[in-house]
Amino acid sequence: MASRIKQWLKSFTLWELLKGLRVTFAYLLRRKRTVQFPEVKTPNSPRFRGLHALRRYPNGEERCIACKLCEAVCPALAITIEAGPREKDGQRRTTRYEIDLFKCIYCGFCEEACPVDSIVETNLSHYHFEYRGENILTKEKLLAIGDRYEAEIAKARQADGDYR
Amino acid sequence: MSAAIIQLLWIILWAVVIIVPVIIGVIVMTYAERKVIGAMQARIGPNRLGLAGIFQPIADTIKLMSKEIIVPTQANRYLFLIAPMLTIAPAITAWAVIPFAKGWILANINAGGLFLLAITSLGIYGIMIAGWASNSKYALFGALRAAAQMISYELGMGFAVIGVLMAANTLNLQKIVMAQSGGIWHWFFIPLFPLFLVYWICGVAETNRAPFDVSEGESEIVAGFHVEYSGIAFAIFFLAEYANMILISAIASVFFLGGYLSPFAGIPGLQVLFSVVPGVVWLVLKMAIFLFVYLWLRATFPRYRYDQIMRLGWKVLIPVTLVWLVVEAVAIMLHLPPWFGVS
Repeated sequence: MASRIKQWLKSFTLWELLKGLRVTFAYLLRRKRTVQFPEVKTPNSPRFRGLHALRRYPNGEERCIACKLCEAVCPALAITIEAGPREKDGQRRTTRYEIDLFKCIYCGFCEEACPVDSIVETNLSHYHFEYRGENILTKEKLLAIGDRYEAEIAKARQADGDYR
Repeated sequence: MSAAIIQLLWIILWAVVIIVPVIIGVIVMTYAERKVIGAMQARIGPNRLGLAGIFQPIADTIKLMSKEIIVPTQANRYLFLIAPMLTIAPAITAWAVIPFAKGWILANINAGGLFLLAITSLGIYGIMIAGWASNSKYALFGALRAAAQMISYELGMGFAVIGVLMAANTLNLQKIVMAQSGGIWHWFFIPLFPLFLVYWICGVAETNRAPFDVSEGESEIVAGFHVEYSGIAFAIFFLAEYANMILISAIASVFFLGGYLSPFAGIPGLQVLFSVVPGVVWLVLKMAIFLFVYLWLRATFPRYRYDQIMRLGWKVLIPVTLVWLVVEAVAIMLHLPPWFGVS
């Protein structure tokens, strides 16, 4: 009986509604969490898995040795590799290395499988395609991305180095 | 003849003088809504266009005006296009009897309170016709819900207004305000507090705002009665909704918070200090409180379920008003000072 009266009083004084209103009013005065996106970006982890890149050694030699481990591990079958002896010195290298970004699920297995740290996923997350076929990243494009962002890629690998 | 024409032009001029601030109020309200609700969700709201985003509503207006009005092929073209006008007309007409300051009233009629109840009830026709003429199931559901809800809450609102007219002994809005003169403790929200709450809840339900927005219910029936509307036709519904919100706030201020009366009247010192402030400023400030509460409620409460709305309206709010009317009648019989004393 006493609890019913209490319940009755609570509902007629709008007690719980007022409690809810107090919470939202407290948030009205609190610091805002908005990130002004194009000017400010949210920080992301060195392990972030974004756009792919193929890296080179500091002497300019490409790292990839066409072992095809990434192609084998890729769960989405997004990687296509063809290999053959290079014209210059006859070393075994990739003649074709393509990643279909429409198939890729950004799992990062290729990066983990790579014995020479050649294929990596950078922290680039803002990119787009304008024409059909641009979703296929060819070897040239991958190497170009690697050359352009080598400093950032190396820094991210360094930061995560202890855990790799 | 010419005298009649001059009078007509004079009335039209006054109507424009009232409507333009109402539309400006709607513009400010849409901006305030996004800012306040944003802040309550730890966001900052629009801030790109102009200083702190103040031109955002103007950009929205331009966008809506430049969009195409699509009339569905299966819709009743005539009713479809007339529905927004039927919604906006009562929302603006009702302003005729609101006293903005002492003597600032377009139509000082004796049945002002009755006129307000009648006119605000007419808004449902526009919504019903919009839902029916769209020939869409969601629009029809929205319209049916809105109709049932508005008619149910009209009763609670009417009873709350009866309390006010018993206390003021008149339906003339100017006289209702004057009956509350003499200081903040003479305002009707103190003796009629339960009726004030009921009036406000009914007012939120009347304007189909959260948490009573089942007629829009974007998560269940897309957008309710205005799903099929686009461009300026949609903008007119939007305008009517916000004009109604501002109207309900104005009516609540007039009925319960002493309209344009200064809250400092009757306090020595402060009364003189604030006597230079014109009455319309006090009215706008009181309305601003109510409009803020509208946004506050929307940011806080989830939507009521349809049957809960009906239960609240019929089985809680109406009995509460009836009980309080009896209490009030006894208080009037006993001439309870300071509100019901012999004047």
